[in-house]
Amino acid sequence: MLSLVLILIASLFFTGIIIRTKSISSGRKGPGIFQPVKDVWRLFKKGSVYSETTSFVFQIAPVVYFSSVAMAILVVPFGSTKGIISFDGDFIFFAYVLALGKFFSIISAMDTGSSFEGMGASREALYSMFAEPAFFILMGSFALLTGHTSFFGIFSTLHLGSYITYALGIMATFVLVMIAMIENSRMPIDDPKTHLELTMVHEVMILDNSGFDLGLILSTGYLKFAMYGTLIANLYIGELSLLYAIPAFFFIQFAFAVSVGIIESFMARYRMSHNPQFIFALSSVSLLIFLGVLLVLGKFV
Amino acid sequence: MTYLYSAILFSAITAILFAKSTTKGMVAVSMVFVTSLFSGFIAVPALVGNEYQILLAGTIPFGAVSIKIDALSAWFILVINFTMITGVIYGKSYMKPYARQRTNLTMHWLSYILLHISLILICSVQNAMVFLISWEAMALSAFMLVIFESYKADTLKAGINYLIQSHVSILFLMLGFIFVAVKTGSYDFNAIVEFSHQQPVMAGTVLFLSFFIGFAIKAGFVPFHTWLPHAHPVAPSHISGIMSGVVIKIGIYGILRMVLLINADYTTIGYIILFVSIFSGVYGVALAIIQHNLKKLLAYHSIENIGIIGIGIGIGCIGLGTANELMATLGFMGALLHTLNHSLFKSLLFYSAGNVYQSTHTMSIERLGGLIKQMPHTALLFLIGALAICGLPPLNGFISEFLIYGGIYDWLFSADLISLIIVTFSILGLVLIGGLAIFCFTKAFSIVFLGLNRSPSTSSGNTTSSGSESEMSFWQLFPMYMAAALMIFIGLFPSVFLNLLIKPVALFKSDIVFNPNLPQMGTLDSLHTINWVSAGFILFILAVWGIRKLVNQSKVIATEPTWGCGYCLPSSKIQYTANSFVRTYTKLAKPMLCIEKDETEIEGIFPTKKHYDTHPYDNIERILIDIPLIKVAAVREWFVFLQNGHLQRYILYGIIFIASVIVIPVLIDSFLIILQFLNHL
Repeated sequence: MLSLVLILIASLFFTGIIIRTKSISSGRKGPGIFQPVKDVWRLFKKGSVYSETTSFVFQIAPVVYFSSVAMAILVVPFGSTKGIISFDGDFIFFAYVLALGKFFSIISAMDTGSSFEGMGASREALYSMFAEPAFFILMGSFALLTGHTSFFGIFSTLHLGSYITYALGIMATFVLVMIAMIENSRMPIDDPKTHLELTMVHEVMILDNSGFDLGLILSTGYLKFAMYGTLIANLYIGELSLLYAIPAFFFIQFAFAVSVGIIESFMARYRMSHNPQFIFALSSVSLLIFLGVLLVLGKFV
Repeated sequence: MTYLYSAILFSAITAILFAKSTTKGMVAVSMVFVTSLFSGFIAVPALVGNEYQILLAGTIPFGAVSIKIDALSAWFILVINFTMITGVIYGKSYMKPYARQRTNLTMHWLSYILLHISLILICSVQNAMVFLISWEAMALSAFMLVIFESYKADTLKAGINYLIQSHVSILFLMLGFIFVAVKTGSYDFNAIVEFSHQQPVMAGTVLFLSFFIGFAIKAGFVPFHTWLPHAHPVAPSHISGIMSGVVIKIGIYGILRMVLLINADYTTIGYIILFVSIFSGVYGVALAIIQHNLKKLLAYHSIENIGIIGIGIGIGCIGLGTANELMATLGFMGALLHTLNHSLFKSLLFYSAGNVYQSTHTMSIERLGGLIKQMPHTALLFLIGALAICGLPPLNGFISEFLIYGGIYDWLFSADLISLIIVTFSILGLVLIGGLAIFCFTKAFSIVFLGLNRSPSTSSGNTTSSGSESEMSFWQLFPMYMAAALMIFIGLFPSVFLNLLIKPVALFKSDIVFNPNLPQMGTLDSLHTINWVSAGFILFILAVWGIRKLVNQSKVIATEPTWGCGYCLPSSKIQYTANSFVRTYTKLAKPMLCIEKDETEIEGIFPTKKHYDTHPYDNIERILIDIPLIKVAAVREWFVFLQNGHLQRYILYGIIFIASVIVIPVLIDSFLIILQFLNHL
C-alpha cells in the first residue's frame, strides 16, 4: 500500500523534474515541475479525434496499457513493506503484465494503418524484447543471492549478507536505469523531443491518440518512470526504517530524474541500427551481476 | 460397452459411406462425440486416480494385450477429445464449399474418425505391437486428412513429405521396441520396465534416446521438424488445428510415457531434452517471424511451443534426477498444462486462419489487412489466441509458462556451477521465446486484421474493401468460442487444473526418493494468488474503461483520416507491411536465417517497374534434407543409363534377374562342393 502511494506521489513530479533539468542545463527558463500533470489534466478535459481506419483495438488499447502498468505497480514493494500483491515469482508476473500493455500499444499503433506508426511499433516491439533478458537475469541473480523469488523477499533481504551487495546494487541500478530508458523510450534509444516522425519510436506510435486516451498514455509513462525509480530505490533501502527510507526514496527518485535529464541534455540519440547492440550489452551487464553473485556465494571453487 | 461402441462405430462408417455429402459431416460429428463420451467416461475417473485396466487375453496375433488408462493417459485422452470435438464441429462448416467432392469427403471423415480412435488407442495400449499399429493408423489417417486437396501439387508433395518422415519416426520406435522384445521376448510395456531395470543405467538412456528421436519427429522438435511447416499449411484449417493441437502432442505423450517406463539416467536425458527444447523454441519462433504465410507462421509457432513443453519435461526430468521434488512437480505440471493450453490456442488460431482463408482466399499476409471490420468475431478470437500464445496474463499461456519459470528458478537454488550456467541459458531461452512471440504475433494480428486492405485490387485507400469478406457462420465460430472460453477459464482458475494434474505428475514421482532438505519456493501457492489477481486485473481494465466512457460521454468525438504527417493523399499501399515490420529483426538475425531474394534492379533514368520477392527458407531443412537429397540424386545419376526407355533392355534386365536367381544358388552350391572336396584332400 505504501509503495503505491509513494509511486503515485513520485509520478506527479518525476517527468517535471526531467524537463526542468533539461531546461536549466540548456539555459532556458522552462515550464514548472507540475506542467506534465497539468498537460494530462487538460487532455482529460478535451474531446477526441479517431482515425476512420481504427477499430475497437484502438479504443481499448490505452485502457489496457494503463491498467497493465497499474497492475505492475501493485507488485512493487517498498523496503520492508510488501506491495499490495506479493507472491513467489511475482517479478515474472510483473514483466509479463507489462508485456501485455506493450502488446496493446503496438497493435493500437498498427491499427491506424499509418506507415509512421508502423515504423514506431516495429521498433518498440524489437527493443523492448531485447531488454527483457537483462531484467530476468538480474532478478535471477538476486533470487540466487537471497534465496527468494518475490520482489519483497529479494529486496528486503538483499543487504543482510556482506557489503559487496551494494556494489552489485550499483550495477543493477545501471541495468534498471537503462531498462527504464528503453521502456519509456527516452534518450539513448529514442528521442522524445525529436521533430521528425521518421526518427521517433514511442512518440510516433501515439500520433493518432488524442483527448482522454492520450492523457491516459502520458500518465502511464509517468507512472512507469516512478515505478522503475522505486525498483532502483528498493535496491538500497532494504531494512531501513521508514523514517529514513521515505526520504531516501524521494532522494533516489529525484536523483534518477535529474540524471535522466542530464543524459538527455548531453547525449545524442544512438543510431537506430546500433540500438540492438546497445541493448544486448545491457544483458551482458546483467550477466556480470550474475557472475558477481556467484563470487559472493563462493560457487567458484 | 465395447459391443455397443463397435455397433455405433460400424453404423457410423456405413452412414458416412452412403449418406449425402452434407450429412456426412453430421455423422462424423456425432461419431466423434460418441467416441469422446466413451473414452471420457473412462478417462475422467482415471484422471483422479481410479486407473482403468483390462487384459484382452489371447488375441490373435498379438497374444495378451493389456490396456491401461492411468492418469497420464487420461489427461492426454481428455486433451485430444476436446480439440477433436472443436475440430469436427468447425470442420463440418468449413467443408461446406467442398460438398461436391463426395468420395473425397467420405475419405476425409472416415480418416477423421480413424485418427481419433487411433490417438486414443495410442494413449491406452500397453503393448508395443498394438502401439505401433495404432501409430501407423494415426500417421496414415493424418496423411489422408492433410492431402484432402490432393489435386494441388503442393499439397500432395507436402503430404508425402510428411508420410515419409512419419515413417522414419516409426522406424526409430520399432528399433526401440524390437530391441526390447528380442532381449526379453515380450512386447508388453512391462517388459521395457523390467529390461531397463536389469540393464545398467546407460543402456536405458540409449534406449530412451532411440524412442526420443522417434517421438521427437512426430512432435516436431528441431532438427526433426522439417515436415511440420509444410504439412500444416496445406491441410484444411480444422486439420491444421488438430494436427498442431493434438497429433504432434502424441509425440509428447510418447516421450512422457517412456520417461515413466524406462529406468534411465534422468539427469542426462533431462539435459538432452532441455537443450533440444530450448533450441527448438528459439529456432521455431525465430523462423516464425519471417514467415508471410499465416498458416506457416502458425506452424513454426507449434515448433516453438513444443520447445516450451520440452523445456518443462527437461526440467522435470532433471528434478527427478537430482531428487528435487518441487522442480520435478513444476516441470511436469508446466509441460502437461502447456500441452492442453497449446492444443487450445493453436487450434483456435488455425481456425481463425481458416476463416480468413475462406473469406479472402489467400494466406499471404502481405495481401491482407483491415479484416477486423468485416470479421470482428474472427479478429477478436485471433487476438485472444495471440495473447495466450505469447504467454500474457490473464490468459492460460501465462499459467503454464509461469510454472516452467518456477521450475527453472527453483533449480537455481540447488544447482552447482555447471548447472547454473545452464539455468541462465534456459532463462535466456525462455525469455527470448516470449519476447519474439510477442513480436511475431503483433505482426501477424496487426497486418492481417488491422489497418486497410493491402491487396492491389483495392489500393484506393477507402475503408470498405472489395466487400467479399464476411464473417463466418455461427457453427464455425461456436467451437472457436468454446476453446476461447476454456482458455480464459484456465487463466482465471488455474488451481482447478493444477489439482487435476496432481495424479499424472505423481506417476513420475512415484519411484523416486526425494531429498527433503532442498530449498523450496511456493510457486504453486502463488497460483492461488494469481487466481484473484487475474480476476482483479480484468475488473480493473473494465473500471478504467467505464471511467473513460463516462468522461467521453460529454465530449466531442470526431472521426478523421489517419494523420499522414501532412501528406493528404494516403493510399493503403503506404501502410507498413509485414516485411517492413520485421526488417530490423531480419537484418539482426541474418546469420541464422535463410531468405531467398528475387529482385530486379531499377535501370535507366526513368524508373521502370520494380520487382522484389523474398522467400524465407529453413536452414536446417536445407542442411539436413535438401543437401543429402541432392547428394543421393548425384549418386543415382551414375545409374541413369540403366533407364533408357528401350523395352528390349528392360526385358533383358528381367532375364538377367531370373537367370541370376537360378544361377547364383547353383554356383554357390558348386562352390561349396568344391570347398568340401578341397577340405577332404
